[in-house]
Amino acid sequence: MIAAQSLQRMSRRMFNRPRLDWPLVGLIMATVALGMVILYSASEGDSQLVIKQGVRFLIGLAVMFVISHLPPTQMRHLTPFLYVVGIVLLLIVAFAGVGTGAQRWLNLGVARFQPSELLKLSVPMMMAWYLHSRSYPPSLRTTLSSLVIVVIPAVLIYQQPDLGTAILVAISGLFVLFLSGLSWRLIISLAVAAAALSPILWNAMHEYQKNRVLMFLDPEADPLGRGWNIIQSKIAVGSGGLTGKGWQQGTQAHLEFLPEKSTDFILATFAEEFGLMGVLVLFSLYMLIIWRGLVIAMAAKDCYSRLLSGALVLTFFVYVAVNAGMVSGLLPVVGVPLPLVSYGGTSMVSLMAGFGVIMSIYAHRKFISSDR
Amino acid sequence: MSRRQPVIIPVQNGRFLVVMLFLGLCVTALFARAIDLQVLRKDFYQHQGDVRQVRTMEIAASRGKILDRNGVPLAISTPVDSIWVNPQELLKAADRLPELARILAVDVEELSQRIARRSEREFVYVKRHASPALAEQVMAIELPGVHLEREYRRFYPAGEVTAHLLGITNIDDRGQEGLELAFDDWLQGTRGSKRVIQDRYKRVIENIEQIAEASPGKDLVTSIDSRIQYLAYRELRDAVQEFQAISASAVVLDVPTGEVLAIVNQPSYNPNQRQKDYQRMRNRAVTDFFEPGSVMKPFTIAAALESDAFTVQTQVSTSPGYFQLGEYKISDFRDFGTLDLTGILTKSSNVGVSKVALELESRHMWSLLNRMGFGQVTGSGFPGETPGLLPDSSRWNDVEKSAISRGYGLTTTPLQLAQAYSVIAGAGKMRAPTFVKGAVNPAHSVIDPQLASQLQWMLQQVTAADGTGHRAAIKYYRVAGKTGTSRKATDGGYESRYMATFAGMAPSDMPRLVIVVSINDPASDVYYGGQLAAPVFSRIMAGTLRLLDIPPDDLGMDARTVASGQMP
Repeated sequence: MIAAQSLQRMSRRMFNRPRLDWPLVGLIMATVALGMVILYSASEGDSQLVIKQGVRFLIGLAVMFVISHLPPTQMRHLTPFLYVVGIVLLLIVAFAGVGTGAQRWLNLGVARFQPSELLKLSVPMMMAWYLHSRSYPPSLRTTLSSLVIVVIPAVLIYQQPDLGTAILVAISGLFVLFLSGLSWRLIISLAVAAAALSPILWNAMHEYQKNRVLMFLDPEADPLGRGWNIIQSKIAVGSGGLTGKGWQQGTQAHLEFLPEKSTDFILATFAEEFGLMGVLVLFSLYMLIIWRGLVIAMAAKDCYSRLLSGALVLTFFVYVAVNAGMVSGLLPVVGVPLPLVSYGGTSMVSLMAGFGVIMSIYAHRKFISSDR
Repeated sequence: MSRRQPVIIPVQNGRFLVVMLFLGLCVTALFARAIDLQVLRKDFYQHQGDVRQVRTMEIAASRGKILDRNGVPLAISTPVDSIWVNPQELLKAADRLPELARILAVDVEELSQRIARRSEREFVYVKRHASPALAEQVMAIELPGVHLEREYRRFYPAGEVTAHLLGITNIDDRGQEGLELAFDDWLQGTRGSKRVIQDRYKRVIENIEQIAEASPGKDLVTSIDSRIQYLAYRELRDAVQEFQAISASAVVLDVPTGEVLAIVNQPSYNPNQRQKDYQRMRNRAVTDFFEPGSVMKPFTIAAALESDAFTVQTQVSTSPGYFQLGEYKISDFRDFGTLDLTGILTKSSNVGVSKVALELESRHMWSLLNRMGFGQVTGSGFPGETPGLLPDSSRWNDVEKSAISRGYGLTTTPLQLAQAYSVIAGAGKMRAPTFVKGAVNPAHSVIDPQLASQLQWMLQQVTAADGTGHRAAIKYYRVAGKTGTSRKATDGGYESRYMATFAGMAPSDMPRLVIVVSINDPASDVYYGGQLAAPVFSRIMAGTLRLLDIPPDDLGMDARTVASGQMP
């Protein structure tokens, strides 16, 4: 009886109480739907592929749903554990990972899993966990020790090598630091230090990473080789014009000129076929998601939730901005997928997990302070 | 703990404002970029896209057919596929080269070296003119950078029989020799072009528009009658085999039009296989000159008859069968006694014709030969035609004059000889031999028609039973002609190698056909034109007369048997 009662209570907790922020869910679904439309075109009408992407989204939705029922306090308690697990997995990848060219994957038998995706979530969580209880604003000591939390996974991911993800993981951690009220003086001195260190970083970079940056500066120098991606992508976007060439009519994408047309460069396919109008619609969706995320973050009552959700929303924005910048030739090609739209498994699930965290913070906004 | 923190919140909101400001800046930058690319520079990028995707491609045009006068195809173009590769793409799949090499039946090493050497290029042929089946096999393995190009390959149904006449085209379908070269512009089509969309791997995805239609070349209807061509070829080949001659030529001319009905040579080659043996590829009847010998004697007689000093009845003493001219001794086969001009031709008397020539003005003799076309190209337009050599009369002494009267000291070609004989056959009218059926071919008179028919009658006597050319006779037809046997000149004199010739016409008195047969350097003991060339002439002429349905003109004693229906 007692067991049945608690089960009943649990199920009521899971389903009866509204835990989800429906406007945010609606916006996410609309974006994913739009993404599947363009994915169908980018994959030359491969419906199997689109279904696979749909299944991943459903898995992501389930993950989001479950996480959204986890109170932020519990999340906070789990944070150090998750972070350590992530680091351990990264170490395993370094020694036993699979992948062509770069070791990024762990083979779990049924599926392959990219541990760096877990870090995208657990690094800002760890930062928020570390900073939320410290004095405000963070002292230099706190700041420097918090940077260790960021640097360890960033270096490990960079070693795989996966510069793009390393930067994104680092940025998500730094956002937490920024939101925690780090003094401008410290920010500036850290930026100066980073600028001074950049030549050393440049020397430590792999040849292909250096090439990517150099080619970004002058893509026309090697139009058939390293500059190919940027040039073809710009042609795709530019030739789309105001209204686009029409669904499945993009010549750059369909004639195989555009590389990675369904993954990293799917935005170019989209821009070519739907034009500036389509781009405006897609970006409006993204902006609304970010707006809604920030509203939730600002409404959060406790420091941990606020730092974490703010950083997650900002990281989401950085994904969008970096991908769009890359596709339009404003930023180097760093291999960042377009969130919710690019074809790919792990990133979809980790993104939805992040939204799950935000949903949870939204759902528990009234109860946090009472610490039920 | 969290309850201790509310003081932070307002400040953090300040941070959020900074964040939003930053977001706004980023979004503005991205939108500005989108408008820059998609609105302001849209045309530039659309052009850039087109440059990469839209290509102008050539469309191969098929070459015109070459037909015989009855429409029988002598040269036709068949579509074939040439296989080419883009080394830059193919080398990415270098490990699969052995598959390609296996299908093409070439050495892997050789193939990969060939492609590697041209790795900077984007177009290398690996196999020209492949059969459709082979092309299909190659495309089936789906190697990157391997493509097909439609081309046309020339095919000659008559093979060796028309090889010299037609010549050949090169791999790019351009005429190289023979009529293929002479009429290249006429036969060659105009390549068309079309705009297509290509993908990154240069596969044609879509044809957008045709810019210029490929117009096939025009057909060439030649004057050749392939039945006569085959006949002449067969007879000539058999004779060359029988007498083990080095080479031989035959020309069949249609007198009223100057059209060449057949022109054949030995040795020949198969133009459908491209092994180059230039010794076999010459159209010797047009390109090779020789000293004609006695076949020239009728022209000396013609000059004599033109000169008023001689008539057909003029008697010339040839006894004792030789005479001394300076240090040279001119001799006959035997002592023919006194001969009239006709006798000189029927016996082919060297003494007689020399004596006649010595009575003639050099300038006049030269003039007649010149009018007959010697020493000039015939105007047939055949590539590589030689004019032969007719020395100017100012340089003639008696020895040379005597030599020329007998057909030495000047050179000619079988075609030129045929043209000269067609003047005798065609009432003194001269026409350029032509290879095109129905071509406008104006004639001009070069000797008196009366003289021409006199010569015809005289030459008919040559093929009579007691003439040197009796083997040229054809039952039921009156044949006129002249034999020739010339010793071949080598450095420092003449040796015992011979050129056996027969030039003749039928049917008399209105000859429709002139045929010249020359057989070069027979290895057999028999080498006289009357023995070697005359029978070949006879067989070709008889067959041609029959093929052209030319009615017999010499029923003679057999007239009654024909009338009673007993003619074989």
